[in-house]
This record gives sequence, C-alpha cells and structure tokens, in this order.
Amino acid sequence: MSTTELTGRLARPARWRLPRRQVPVLVSLALLLVMYAIGVSQYRAFSNIQVIFNVFIDSGFLLVVAVGMTFVILTGGIDLSVGSVVAMTAMVSAALLREGMPSALVLLIALLIGPTLGFLMGCVIHFFEIQPFIVTLAGMFFARGLCTWISSVSIPITDGFWTGAAQERIRIGENFVTVSVLVTIAVVAVAAYTLAYTRLGRNVYAIGGNPQSALLMGLPVGRTRIAVYTISGLCSAIGGILLSFYTLSGAPLIAVGMELDAIAAVVIGGTLLTGGAGYVLGTVLGVLVLGVIQTLITFDGTLNSWWTKIVIGGLLFAFIVLQRLLGFRKK
Amino acid sequence: MSDWRTRLPAVTGHRLFWPVVALVLLLVANAIYRPSFLAVEVKNGHLYGSLVDIVRLSAPLILVALGMTLVIATGGIDLSVGSVVAVSGAVACLYISRQPDQNSLGSVLVALAIALGIALLLGLWNGTLVAVIGIQPIIATLILMVAGRGLAQLITSGQIITINSDPYRMIGVGHVLTLPFAIVIALAVTLLVALLTRRTALGMIIEAVGGNAEASRLAGIRARRIKILVYVASAACAAVAGFMMTANVSSADGNAAGLWVELDAILAVVIGGTSLTGGRFSFGGTVVGALLIQTLTTSVYAMNIDPQTSLLFKAMVVIAVCLVQAPAFRARFRRRRSRGAAPAAPVGENRKEQVAA
Repeated sequence: MSTTELTGRLARPARWRLPRRQVPVLVSLALLLVMYAIGVSQYRAFSNIQVIFNVFIDSGFLLVVAVGMTFVILTGGIDLSVGSVVAMTAMVSAALLREGMPSALVLLIALLIGPTLGFLMGCVIHFFEIQPFIVTLAGMFFARGLCTWISSVSIPITDGFWTGAAQERIRIGENFVTVSVLVTIAVVAVAAYTLAYTRLGRNVYAIGGNPQSALLMGLPVGRTRIAVYTISGLCSAIGGILLSFYTLSGAPLIAVGMELDAIAAVVIGGTLLTGGAGYVLGTVLGVLVLGVIQTLITFDGTLNSWWTKIVIGGLLFAFIVLQRLLGFRKK
Repeated sequence: MSDWRTRLPAVTGHRLFWPVVALVLLLVANAIYRPSFLAVEVKNGHLYGSLVDIVRLSAPLILVALGMTLVIATGGIDLSVGSVVAVSGAVACLYISRQPDQNSLGSVLVALAIALGIALLLGLWNGTLVAVIGIQPIIATLILMVAGRGLAQLITSGQIITINSDPYRMIGVGHVLTLPFAIVIALAVTLLVALLTRRTALGMIIEAVGGNAEASRLAGIRARRIKILVYVASAACAAVAGFMMTANVSSADGNAAGLWVELDAILAVVIGGTSLTGGRFSFGGTVVGALLIQTLTTSVYAMNIDPQTSLLFKAMVVIAVCLVQAPAFRARFRRRRSRGAAPAAPVGENRKEQVAA
C-alpha cells in the first residue's frame, strides 16, 4: 500500500463525507423528489407548476405552525396546544369581526392571544418545573374550551379585509399564489434567519443539546425556554389567521389534531425530537412531503383518506429509525 | 394541639391529599347544585344513581390509565392507547358483525380473543421500538397513534359498524350482582394488576427500571423485557377499554372511538401523583385521578354546559392540581410563608420532600 493511496483514502472521506446533521434533511429532500417524480410519471396533470403552488396554498398554515413547533422541539420540549390555539385565533377573529370591530384591531388582538398563552405556558414550565407535555396539554384543553365557549357553531367571516385577503390571486406567470403563501414564506425566512444567525437561535440549539451545559455556560436558559413557547404561540396565531383566510370562518372544532401533523412534519424534516439538531428548511420539506402525500392520494382517487395516516405513520417510523442508524444516541 | 400540628402536614403533604380534596369538592358542589346527586337506589336488583354512573363511565378510563401508570413508571409514555382502543373495538365488532348469530356467546369470545391478540401485537410493536431499537417512547408510540387511527378506519372501511349482540353489549351496560359489569371488570383488573405488582417483586422491578434503566440492568434485572412487558400490558388494558366503549354504544367508529383517551389517561396518572419522569407509581392515585376527570365531565354535563366547554374546567383543574403537587411551586410558597416566622423548620421539610421525590 503506497503513501499516496493512504493519503488519498484518508482525504477522500474528509472531502466527501456529508455533515451528519444534514443527512436527515437531505433524505427528506430525496423523498420529496422521489414522490414528486412518481406523481409526475403517473398523472400528467401533476407536472403542472400550480400543483406545487396548491400544496403551499393548502398547507401554508400547517407550515407556519410547524415552524413554531421546530423552535420548541429544538429545545427538547413539545407544544401540544398549537392546534387549539390555531382554532382559538380563528374563532376570536371571527367573533370580533361579527361584532363589527375594525379589522386592523382584530388582527392585532388575534395575534396577541397566542403568544400570551405561549408565554404563560413557558413561565409555568420554567418556573414550576412541570413537564411541557402536561402544561401544553392543559393549554390545549383551555384554548379548545374557549373556542366552544365563544360559540358552539361555526361563525362566517364577511369582513372586507378578510375576504380580500382570501380571494386575492397573485399571478406568477400562468399560475397564482395567495396572500397566505407570501405570509408563510416571510415567516419561514424570519424563522430560518433567527435560528441560524441570531443569539436566540444559538441559545435554542445549546439548550436542546444539553440544558445543564447551557446553564453552566451562562446562557439565559429560562428566558430562551419561555421565548420558544411564545414564538410557538405567535406562529400558531399567524397560522390561525391564515386558516381563517383559507376557510373564511371560525369553527370550534377546526384544526383538531393539527399538533400531530406539525410534530410529524418536524420529525420527517429531520429534526431530533430530543432537541439540539434540526433546521427550519427541514420542516419546510416535512410539510411539503405531507402535502404531496395528500395530493397523490387525491390524484389517485381510489385510495381512501385513512391511507394518509398509515403512510405518515410509516414515514415517521422510517425517519426515526434513520436517525437511530445515523447514531444520534441520546438519553 | 401539638398532635394536630404534627399530623396536619402529614395529611396535607400526602400525595393523594389534593386530588382527593378536588374530588370531594366537586362531589359537594354537585350535591348542592342537585341534591338528588348523592342518591343511590336499587331498581330490579341493579344499582342506579349518579355516583354509580360516574364510576361506570370512568371504568374504561381507569383501565387505560392503569396500563399508562405502568408505562409511565418505567419512564416511558404510551400515546397510542387511543388508537389501540379504536383498533380492538373495530376488530371485535367487525368479527361479530360477520357472524350469522351475533348473540352466540362463543363467537363473541372468539372476537374478544382475536381483538385482544391484535392489541397485544400492537403493544409488542411499541415495546420493541422502545426497548430494542431504543426510540424515545413519546415518538415510538406517536407512530402507532397516527398509523393506528388509519388502521382502525381501514378495518371498518371508514364506516361505523353497528352490531346487535347481547353478550357483547353486556360488557358495556350489563349488570352482575347488582353492580354494572363494567365496574366489576375495572375493579377486577385493578386488583389483579395491583396484586401482581405490589405482592410480588414486579412492582419494585418496574420502579427500578424507571429510576435508572442502566443501573437496574447491571443489578441483574432484564430491563428490556420489563419495558416490553409494560407496553404490552398497556395495550391489553386499552383493548379491554375499547371493548367497553364500543359495547356501550353497540358500534365501532374507527375515527371517534377512544379519541383523546390517551390525554385523559396521562392526566389521570399525573393527577394521581405518579411522576412523568418514572421511578415510582401509585394505582390508588391513578384511580382517584380517573374518577376526578370523569366526575368533572359528568358535572359539566349535569350543569348544562357545552361538553366542549368542559375542557376549560379540565384545563384549570389540571393546572391547579399539577401546580400544587409541583415541588418547585411548593418550595416557593413555603419559603415565602416562612420568611417572617420560622426559617429553620421548613428547610428540613424541603429537603425531605426532595429526597422523596
């Protein structure tokens, strides 16, 4: 064995090895591309660009919620309240609009409720050391109860600003997107920037990696932990507004189980549920994977909706086993 | 006087003190609102009354929560119980609906056996993911929670399967020895599990695994096997609860059966003072927790409040009970109260509590 061979062998892995943290995201990307390719090869209409835009239009609110969830999961926590907060935001805006309140004020109030609830939950989690699971579960019950307390039936929205935002079509060449898609992209961009380039983002990763070390390093663990639940609340509130644009109503039982979809999207996007590793971009891919599955099943027509759940369960399994194989061992 | 002083903290400090107080308060509030609430009467040799109803309706929750207690004691969590409830109910109802004679006891027993077998397999799947592959319990069971719901709908083909079988209905609404059969089942299972865990070393072993799986393995406990066992037990409990729920309405709905029961069960366990971090458990607490949740739901119905709005009350009770039980919360208050009076005494008390926890 010559020296050149040896150095070549040593150098090659160093040059070609992918950063292990990014492998799950790349796998999600590959999965998305494969699924899209299957769609295109099976159905001619699938290759229409509008199909992709529709995925964004139909799951924009889920994407926003999942981005908030990414922050929470990165710190090693979990937020079960997101679906209920989405419903509550839509419900409160619908009820206030019915009372004839100006839409700008309604928007402000609706966007404040979610973060407030998130802030309170974060405080309880941090100061009283109760598990996030239980606290956000209580938050979920609280928000859902509040929805039905406001009204047990769906409230339609007829406000000019809301209908305008719902019906506005922004043309891109032959195709179009809605206002919601632009809001979604803005949220994703801000979130990705925050996580990657700000002090808050660094703290989030540090706490998820090891809260003890983060504390010993003098990082503001408490403040960051409360902040992520507040961010998740804010994202849920924005998601709620987008959902009310989408359905033009506030219904007490809408978005039931959305927290599961959001968690699934985050996991499929390659974020570790123990915290410390993951990207907003991965979450975007995760939501797109869920959206494309839905679209494929709709295009097929013979498959029933429950196959979506079974496929999502299978994907969850595959991605979690993948994370294990890549050796992210953590207790 | 001094006797009263030493005993009071012992009583208020007990794990079950606050849940029991909350339960009694709820019952008293109900009795004031509707004096007939506490009445229990015997009609045709069967017990009737609001209290009996509450216990009967909480039977499935008690069962699911029992299994959940075992899982949580090992430091895990089982989110899939709701889906197991749906799957087992769907399988049993599907089998019975295919039989020529739905009233035959034999075919009902076969249906129960098949459904229970499938539930055990699902439990084994969860246990394997957690103990052998080493996936975090919350995620491992999330897989089955999502996929199991789809599976249940697949089994029922998205329809609601209605059956007309007296022996099956018996599980949900029948009576045995004046008591509703559901209560008898819940009682029997509770006693059985309590005997198995508290009269043998099994309970200790489970707590050891929950306290420190690695240390217990080094001490010669087969931690892996114990972990698989608790998930299988949890699935079995959920399956029996599924039979009860579907028998109650004589139909199986893959979509709605057992929806959110996992959350209620986890709440019951936590209210009962079993810590989510594992290492110790209390069946008494779990049963009190389940009764508390069901009493809350029933009283909200009785007061003509929208059932969904009852979630508001549930949220408040959960937060109140959890806060009162949280060591951090207690320590904060004790410190504040004692800052003026006697700073020395509560310190010792605090330390004792931390050791116990």
